[in-house]
Amino acid sequence: MDLFDKSTDRRDALRCMAWAGTGALWAMSGGVASSTMLGGSGAGANAVPSFTFLQLSDSHVGFAKPANPDARATYREAVSKVIAMPEKPDFIIHTGDITQLSRDDEFDDADQILKETGIQTFHVPGEHDMLDEGNGKAFLARYGNGSKGAGWFSFDHKGVHFVGLVNVADLKPGGAGRLGAEQIGWLAKDLAGHASSTPIVIFAHIPLWMLYAEWGWGTDDAAQALTHLRRFGSVTILNGHIHQIAQKVEGNMIFHTARSTAFPQPMPGTAPSPGPQVVPAGQLRGLLGITEATFKRGEHQIALVDTMLSV
Amino acid sequence: MFRYSIVLLAALAGVVAAPVASRPVAPQAATAAPMVHISNFTFGPQALKVKVGQTVTWVNDDDIPHTVMSGSKLFKSKVLDTGDTFSFTFTKAGAYPYFCSLHPHMTGKVLVSA
Repeated sequence: MDLFDKSTDRRDALRCMAWAGTGALWAMSGGVASSTMLGGSGAGANAVPSFTFLQLSDSHVGFAKPANPDARATYREAVSKVIAMPEKPDFIIHTGDITQLSRDDEFDDADQILKETGIQTFHVPGEHDMLDEGNGKAFLARYGNGSKGAGWFSFDHKGVHFVGLVNVADLKPGGAGRLGAEQIGWLAKDLAGHASSTPIVIFAHIPLWMLYAEWGWGTDDAAQALTHLRRFGSVTILNGHIHQIAQKVEGNMIFHTARSTAFPQPMPGTAPSPGPQVVPAGQLRGLLGITEATFKRGEHQIALVDTMLSV
Repeated sequence: MFRYSIVLLAALAGVVAAPVASRPVAPQAATAAPMVHISNFTFGPQALKVKVGQTVTWVNDDDIPHTVMSGSKLFKSKVLDTGDTFSFTFTKAGAYPYFCSLHPHMTGKVLVSA
């Protein structure tokens, strides 16, 4: 199933997004990876126990423009939703643009807000987190412990392999997001030791598929990275950057972008630019949100639920 | 009647003359401050023509920060938030392509002639 790419008619896509906005369950991978897994991994495959993790994205702490006069407040609201969850997520991933301008006080405030959850958090940078004099050194000093290069890393959790990638460093004129040869080489080695039955979750800021080239909404060398993921039975790719939900399924790979907690951006091509979208104040929180990801016991597939701030 | 017409003509001439009188300021401003406006994720004008020795100023009119970075790293702005400006003086003739390092699909160039 494909809820964005094949909805070539934008009104269809809008309808899908409106439906997502009601908090419907995205059982995205149902049927996608199951046949591969039954054949490829057999009944004796390692069972993944049930667990959930949470995705936050594009908090833009420090943003205070007409599209949202106080991005700190909406980030706090998002975090309070996490705290109120009946089942505590095992950890949180933040897919970048933590801050608006990479200022120390913005990072400090973001950390302070997130600390309220008491839940371990993994970060990858967005382009807004690379604006210090050292082009990302401030981000690495805070969140880069144990990471390589511009901040990429991996870890295993309950039988699932997680990889955080950076596609906002050293961008090239005329291009879009970029991983670079060094990072792709590292990814190939990192994945090499894992059985094809291991569920993989990749997270990075800019979408790892070319969603809309005119606005740079994609990653130029993503295809090279995805080559190393094709043998796996279940691959989930979680991104941010575009401040709205978009998704597609390609073979065993599920691509999904999360809402921002700060401000919405227009649907591809529906505005002169991808700049912050100003909506009536009463509608803002219906366009901001968080994403909850669940692995169910014995299944290698993921279920993603997007929740609006206003629910 | 004849006299009235002359008065009328003089009055008309006065109206026309007023903007002419203020005109000397305009060419000065145009040559002194070549500007590039960053708006809707584009550099405008996309290609700016200046003379050697002129200073180009970029101003960010967007609600999102941008940067100005030359392909050869000859010039590089700090991050420009809304309303922030960056200036660079071109001392040699040539074509100087540049881009926004945050949104690299945004490109522009300055064409400097002797």
